[in-house]
Amino acid sequence: MKELSLNILDIAQNSIKAGAAHIDVLLDETAETLCLTIRDDGCGMTAEVVRSVTDPFYTTRTTRSVGMGIPLLKLAAEQTGGTFSIESVSEQDDPVRHGTCVQALFNKNHLDFTPLGDVVSTVCTLIQGAPSVDWHFCHTYGEHSAAVDTAEMRQVLGDVPLDSFEVLDWIRQSLLEEYAGFDTQ
Amino acid sequence: MKSLAELAAIREKMKDKVVLREGSGDIRVVVGMATCGIAAGARPVLNRFVEQVSAQGLADKVTVTQTGCIGICQFEPVVEVYEAGKEKVTYVKMTAEKADEVVEKHLKGGKVVAEYTIQA
Repeated sequence: MKELSLNILDIAQNSIKAGAAHIDVLLDETAETLCLTIRDDGCGMTAEVVRSVTDPFYTTRTTRSVGMGIPLLKLAAEQTGGTFSIESVSEQDDPVRHGTCVQALFNKNHLDFTPLGDVVSTVCTLIQGAPSVDWHFCHTYGEHSAAVDTAEMRQVLGDVPLDSFEVLDWIRQSLLEEYAGFDTQ
Repeated sequence: MKSLAELAAIREKMKDKVVLREGSGDIRVVVGMATCGIAAGARPVLNRFVEQVSAQGLADKVTVTQTGCIGICQFEPVVEVYEAGKEKVTYVKMTAEKADEVVEKHLKGGKVVAEYTIQA
């Protein structure tokens, strides 16, 4: 992947497929590090499946037997000297508090750090693809932050769908405005 | 976030449109958004379709959706166009520029852009 924002788009699709009602995409950035958290309340995975998802030859896809999403993100983090973790509670193990949390820590100043890229497009694409999910995106850098909360938006929008172009464009402009306040990216 | 008052204004403006959208969706544009598609550049293709379908006033007739791996990863980005009563059209190795052309000629004009299809 050329940009970390593409890894984020890819991994968050897993949360959608897990039937999550609520998905958090959080970026916590400092001058040295970037911490990515993708957390959902989807169906989760058993301990055995969690162990196998970092294996590229494990996949849920039916069209071919290679799944590169998680291994690619893990590689992107570890090649900067960072860390990767995935935790999950399956619906069978806990019918109430189930879901998955993927966390990746990057050293931004490492030579092999993949730039974050167009994360605004990633957020818009995710909302367009799964407009009924409660998305919470928040990127913080020092005192700056850029955020979207679709549950909050839905209260104002009533029955206007989140995936209508006017709304998606509002989200894009809103995030771009907030990112303009960041000192550096 | 930007002011939510602006969102309320969008809601007001779109009230009539929402009713229209209910009976819509004669044409369905499906973009493959699995790892293979994303790595090959599907995100800008999808976003261009969303943007152009709205810009060309086709939102009542065309819906743009995402799907997982279509199974022909070497041809990604792949876009499928479904239209009632017609055979599915599969566009391969798409770019944002090709998406413009597909919206203009196919979705608006009704003529398949043959050179971008998998058969070409």
